[in-house]
Amino acid sequence: MSGKSQITVNHLQAGQSGRVVQIMGGHSLVNRLNSLGIRPGKRITKVSAMFMRGPVTLLVDRAQVAIGFGMAGKIVVEVD
Amino acid sequence: MRILLMGNPNVGKSAFFSRITGTRVIASNYPGTTVGFTKGSMKLGQEQVEVIDVPGTYTLEPISKAEEVASQMLQDGDLVIDIVDSTNLERNLYLTQELLERQIPVVVALNIWDDTKHRGISIDAAKLEGLLGVPVIPTVAVTGQGIKELVDRIPEAASPQMPERTPDERWAAVGSIISQVQTITHHHHTWLEHLQDASIKPLTGLSIAALVLATSFFAIRSIGEGLIGYVMEPLFEKLWAPLMMKLSELLGSGGFWHDMLIGELFDGEIDFFQSMGVLTTGLFIPLGAVLPYILAFYLILGLLEDVGYLPRLAVLLDNLMHRIGLHGYAIIPTMLGLGCLVPAIMATRILESRRERFIAATLISIAIPCAASQAMIFGLVGAEGEQYVAMVFGTLFVVWLVLGIILNHTVRGFSPEILIEIPPYRLPSWRAVLTKLWGRVYGFLREALPIILLAIFAIGILYTLGIFDAIAKVTAPVVSGIFGLPKEAVVAIVVGFLRKDVAIGLLAPLSLSAGQLVIGCVVLTMFFPCIATFVVLARELGFRGLLVAIGVMIAATVVVGGLLNLIL
Repeated sequence: MSGKSQITVNHLQAGQSGRVVQIMGGHSLVNRLNSLGIRPGKRITKVSAMFMRGPVTLLVDRAQVAIGFGMAGKIVVEVD
Repeated sequence: MRILLMGNPNVGKSAFFSRITGTRVIASNYPGTTVGFTKGSMKLGQEQVEVIDVPGTYTLEPISKAEEVASQMLQDGDLVIDIVDSTNLERNLYLTQELLERQIPVVVALNIWDDTKHRGISIDAAKLEGLLGVPVIPTVAVTGQGIKELVDRIPEAASPQMPERTPDERWAAVGSIISQVQTITHHHHTWLEHLQDASIKPLTGLSIAALVLATSFFAIRSIGEGLIGYVMEPLFEKLWAPLMMKLSELLGSGGFWHDMLIGELFDGEIDFFQSMGVLTTGLFIPLGAVLPYILAFYLILGLLEDVGYLPRLAVLLDNLMHRIGLHGYAIIPTMLGLGCLVPAIMATRILESRRERFIAATLISIAIPCAASQAMIFGLVGAEGEQYVAMVFGTLFVVWLVLGIILNHTVRGFSPEILIEIPPYRLPSWRAVLTKLWGRVYGFLREALPIILLAIFAIGILYTLGIFDAIAKVTAPVVSGIFGLPKEAVVAIVVGFLRKDVAIGLLAPLSLSAGQLVIGCVVLTMFFPCIATFVVLARELGFRGLLVAIGVMIAATVVVGGLLNLIL
């Protein structure tokens, strides 16, 4: 660990960015997220999250992607 | 020869398809507009070739049903036009890499090229062409820019036949290409981008959603009423009615043909809602009462679709939709259902699991009134007072919610979480909006008009033969006993199987109280979909699914109709 903190996307604040370290999920989840550009090494920004464990909107390159709260909890990012 | 149009969802394949084939297909600004595939043809040199608009896919490893269709279709194609969103080059090139590994010639269209400049993106198309080894042409499908050049270069299409690689190797290849061809300069947020962020954040987003939905409803209602009050009614009353009165005299003011064509006269006058002649009520229902609302609804829906608002609504309503066993994206088929249930039920294919598709299709077919039904409800019930219209819609909303909660707890299976790309807002082009509107209105006229005329004709015959009286006697216990409607209302229920608008119209001559009208409209909306909906429902759910859906439908109608009868 390089001293940078690793947290899941759900712990990111809206507006905060991080680099994807790992997706803790099965083959199918990893594939689906990869195909939308969310994969290890990629910088993503959390745009917003709905309350009550609602979906989380991420900015990946120039595209906005909305994913469920559960999936967001499986994406580990390194905050810079 | 068969050309496939392939690419990620929402990169403009349908707009592209319309451009090169001249065929009109529905294009919108959200992923998953095309769920089946559309065929068309174009002239290439001297040859007439087939063109297929393939549903959008992020990868050739199939994940959803739409993507499965896409990767299967690749087997039967002779050439691929790979349509790429230039503003999202990196992710889009992944599919391109997969395509280049296949044994099929490829041409790449760098679509949405016009958006790159103001977003601070600069792409070296010539260099990209060199790196990919296939022709690369910047295009703007919506305006037609670059399309001719692309078509001219189709003969140059090539298949580099790269060796099959692992996903990581493909991403690495994409990364290396991007670093050589794309430069990004910082740009300030435009007002559209600020609005984009505001409409997805919880507090501002929900306020904007409430505003958008209220405005849409108000706009649809005003445009619909306006067209009826100022255009259609005067046309029918001032121009058509006198002509029909002449015909009535010519036919001798009575007899079989008079009853069929003109129908019954009230105080010697035609009543377009009640006369029930093919040329009076038969024309008035589709053209005078329903068409204005179809126009209004699809104009507003088209704007919302092309701006790209609907996926945001999906995110905002995701929580609510989870309570009924769906996720937010199910709001898109539901909204389409407020126009017509047929495309709505087909659109449930954008949902991933069987369970979600069953719940969504069942709820839509039971609790969502189509634009034609709504027009008739506004016309008939609205005359009694707005509070009764609110009662009909309020009841249907509660039915949708409660039934959804019940289905969520009883239907087995699994509903995945939402996972969607949210397209940027785009200012819609009026041409595109109006073209799409015309396509849908024409669709209504072509499909609905003949059925409505036929239905009115059939009703006339069945009345003459006394068949309805026989049915009414048998069904009286349910219709009168449970729903509290006169026994003749069964005619409307039977006709509802053909067309809901005609069925609701049949409530007009029964001189019902306002409460009975509310019950009648709710029962007609819930009980049995019209025949067109029934056919797609059977196709999408399969025989067993259809039987279950119908069981749910009958039970729900009896319970809700009975309860309303007790309350009202």
